[in-house]
Amino acid sequence: MAAFTIAAGTGNWFSALALGVTLLKCLLIPTYHSTDFEVHRNWLAITHSLPISQWYYEATSEWTLDYPPFFAWFEYILSHVAKYFDQEMLNVRNLNYSSSRTLLFQRFSVIFMDVLFVYAVHECCKCIDGKKVGKELTEKPKFILSVLLLWNFGLLIVDHIHFQYNGFLFGLMLLSIARLFQKRHMEGAFFFAVLLHFKHIYLYVAPAYGVYLLRSYCFTANKPDGSIRWNSFSFVRVISLGLVVFLVSALSLGPFLALNQLPQVFSRLFPFKRGLCHAYWAPNFWALYNALDKVLSVIGLKLKFLDPNNIPKASMTSGLVQQFQHTVLPSVTPLTTLICTLIAILPSIFCLWFKPQGPRGFLRCLTLCALSSFMFGWHVHEKAILLAILPMSLLSVQKAGDASIFLILTTTGHYSLFPLLFTAPELPIKILLMLLFTIYSISSLKTLFRQSFTVIAQAGLQWH
Amino acid sequence: MEKWYLMTIVVLIGLTVRWTVSLNSYSGAGKPPMFGDYEAQRHWQEITFNLPVKQWYFNSSDNNLQYWGLDYPPLTAYHSLLCAYVAKFINPDWIALHTSRGYESQAHKLFMRTTVLIADLLIYIPAVVLYCCCLKDISTKKKIANALCILLYPGLILIDYGHFQNIYNSVSLGFALWGVLGVSCDWDLLGSLAFCLAINYKQMELYHSLPFFCFLLGKCFKKGLKGKGFVLLVKLACTVVASFVLCWLPFFTEREQTLQVLRRLFPVDRGLFEDKVANIWCSFNVFLKIRDILPRHIQLIMSFCFTFLSLLPACIKLTLQPSSKGFRLTLLKLYSVILFFFLYHFRPVCLVLSEIPFMSTWFLLVSTFSLLPLLLKDELLMPSVVTTMAFFIACVTSFSIFEKTSEEELQLKSFSISVRKYLPCFTFLSRMIQYLFLISVITMVLLTLMTVTLDPPQKLPDLFSVLVCFVSCLNFLFFLVYFNIIIMWDSKSGRNQKKIS
Repeated sequence: MAAFTIAAGTGNWFSALALGVTLLKCLLIPTYHSTDFEVHRNWLAITHSLPISQWYYEATSEWTLDYPPFFAWFEYILSHVAKYFDQEMLNVRNLNYSSSRTLLFQRFSVIFMDVLFVYAVHECCKCIDGKKVGKELTEKPKFILSVLLLWNFGLLIVDHIHFQYNGFLFGLMLLSIARLFQKRHMEGAFFFAVLLHFKHIYLYVAPAYGVYLLRSYCFTANKPDGSIRWNSFSFVRVISLGLVVFLVSALSLGPFLALNQLPQVFSRLFPFKRGLCHAYWAPNFWALYNALDKVLSVIGLKLKFLDPNNIPKASMTSGLVQQFQHTVLPSVTPLTTLICTLIAILPSIFCLWFKPQGPRGFLRCLTLCALSSFMFGWHVHEKAILLAILPMSLLSVQKAGDASIFLILTTTGHYSLFPLLFTAPELPIKILLMLLFTIYSISSLKTLFRQSFTVIAQAGLQWH
Repeated sequence: MEKWYLMTIVVLIGLTVRWTVSLNSYSGAGKPPMFGDYEAQRHWQEITFNLPVKQWYFNSSDNNLQYWGLDYPPLTAYHSLLCAYVAKFINPDWIALHTSRGYESQAHKLFMRTTVLIADLLIYIPAVVLYCCCLKDISTKKKIANALCILLYPGLILIDYGHFQNIYNSVSLGFALWGVLGVSCDWDLLGSLAFCLAINYKQMELYHSLPFFCFLLGKCFKKGLKGKGFVLLVKLACTVVASFVLCWLPFFTEREQTLQVLRRLFPVDRGLFEDKVANIWCSFNVFLKIRDILPRHIQLIMSFCFTFLSLLPACIKLTLQPSSKGFRLTLLKLYSVILFFFLYHFRPVCLVLSEIPFMSTWFLLVSTFSLLPLLLKDELLMPSVVTTMAFFIACVTSFSIFEKTSEEELQLKSFSISVRKYLPCFTFLSRMIQYLFLISVITMVLLTLMTVTLDPPQKLPDLFSVLVCFVSCLNFLFFLVYFNIIIMWDSKSGRNQKKIS
């Protein structure tokens, strides 16, 4: 009985949180799933039934493989478990096959892979110091951070309803961040390199990693005023980092290099023909740009500045994924978006290089890189906002200022994910979960920083 | 209460769990000609909307009582009528007379599930929240934990949102809880009104009436029958009569109406063996075929007598010494008795969860387990396992129940002291109970696994259902004994304490 007590005792609030959210995920199994479900079933089929040389050429289904090789290998391993659930799902020709066992297998695979995410959250909690805390458990930063990450609304609805495998990928990212906090830079770099070869969207935050590792790891010491000390450059460290990245990339892309398929792989990974905006617009700068263009064209037509014959027939709002020309404003090319993104991340990168503030500064830069890429990137999915929200959670439990920014970011970001679930039965779920997360985040962060907020409020009052 | 936001979060969690469970299948889905309880509920909306009040409970060409005839009191009928008005607004096909039989569609399922959620939100959940807030002598955190555990109780969720029983249990239970709340907090008139509404919604609530009656009577006695007590008695009587008259008004016009409704409400020919229910009779039936020996009305009378007799001591005590705690304990004892003898679709309320967390959790787990055959029939295995585990984890972390298994915590101290007068070595009570719990849980898990994975042998097709029923019944017997001990020894220690002070 003593063992029981230890296992299930009060001390283990983290396990209770993790188990609780896992049970909730199990309850979400019968909900609506998007075409991403078929995408992953197709990839299971491709990796299981076809040889490697065919993986990036296969096009029976419209959902071709467009993730890097490590993800393909991951699907390959999954497919060997899948065959015990339902052999039929591994047939490439079985388009849109979704028997109940397939559904069960796919959903359980996502839930199972979230173990990595749980472990990463556990590691992140270790990096949070809880000096000035209340005596109550629910007021500790570790507890709040665990809830904000484990029960994150965006992750729940994107992974467990809409259907994707973001959980363990974010787990890898949070793990690499935790390792950088713990000064285990090599592991951090390794995890990030692996992550890049799982899903290349994380390239959004690669500049932050590169600059931070170069500045704070390869240059081993700073001058007293914090600026760079050039002669502390460590070749060993640079070379070891480079080796790690090289080895990981070799493991991933090596086979395809040998098969001379690299151009094909890259064309699959970076499909620039898909157009500036996704079918559902991500709420970024280009959405505003398109809207402005549309408004101006309507005005222009009304005021007869434009010739109706010059206007392209298809519009950007038709929900299709294609390349378009703008009518009034200049058209946007991938290069333009790249330049805009680079300009946007420049300030934070400069700060990271010239005024490094340790891991916390790195985390800030990472969040800003993610946000800038979201705002100005080419063909951004609205789910990409999670790349900014999750790292920001780590910052939010440590400073009041970060907490208020985080609340704005997370509430609007999560709300922008609503169009992903458009079916009637899921409406109460998304409203309830959104309310749950929003109320919890606002109230817990407010309680955590109530002293700072009181001070700020008092200072504000004194001003008048 | 300071931590209002935590309570809101608990309520939101409860609602989320309920709605996600409701995404699963319901009773009788796609199974003509009779379908299931879900169809019964839809049918009642059809009947109450299309037919005049006088014909609701009568057999006619428009209202075939064999096909899910109305057999709950008038308040249920009015509720169905209300839902029918909403249904008419959305899609009249759902309640068209005769043609809507067996109507099944995604939109309709959504509508029906929404009606349950709204009823829950308006009646049951506020009652739970208010009940937990009014608990005395415990911290805010414990109150919120209490609310979480009650709202996560799987039995109610699975029956109302999964199986979709033909009666909205949350409404009747909610009213009953309002009744308990009112009576415990000295809002006697409100409490008795709420309880009358509960009875008028589901006649099973009559079981609870004995403790209510005794408690309120006791309160009147305490206030003195010559003065305030008499006034209270009169007020209570008026409230009860008024509420019954209001609900039954359309049926009081003719004697035949009233009789017919009563006949539908209390079908004495249905007997005690409805489905394989986990009561003593089914277990007993395995050994001695009483079903075949005794005629039905004798069985019923025997059950009533047993129930009444076993409750009598506690009720008498309640009349003589009315206390909130005594009231709650008597109710709990009542539940165990009823489960033992009747169990016809019955959901206990987790009233004493905060006081005896270990036993209450165990009790509720067993009561959920006893529903297993029913849930498996409706393909609700996954939600039932998940919600049971969630409930268990919530109870374990909120109340740290495994640390509260000492004799004092289990309120068995006075009992074990008395036993030790005769048996000095009787020190292992708490250890014994812990082991029993372990055995009980392991048996339940094993039985669940067996029922799911194995097929029963050909000669005994109902083997697993009967085994489930048997195991549950053994557990309930244990609880019956336990609660009896608590109540009886509680009175003794109360007397001793009075002597000391």
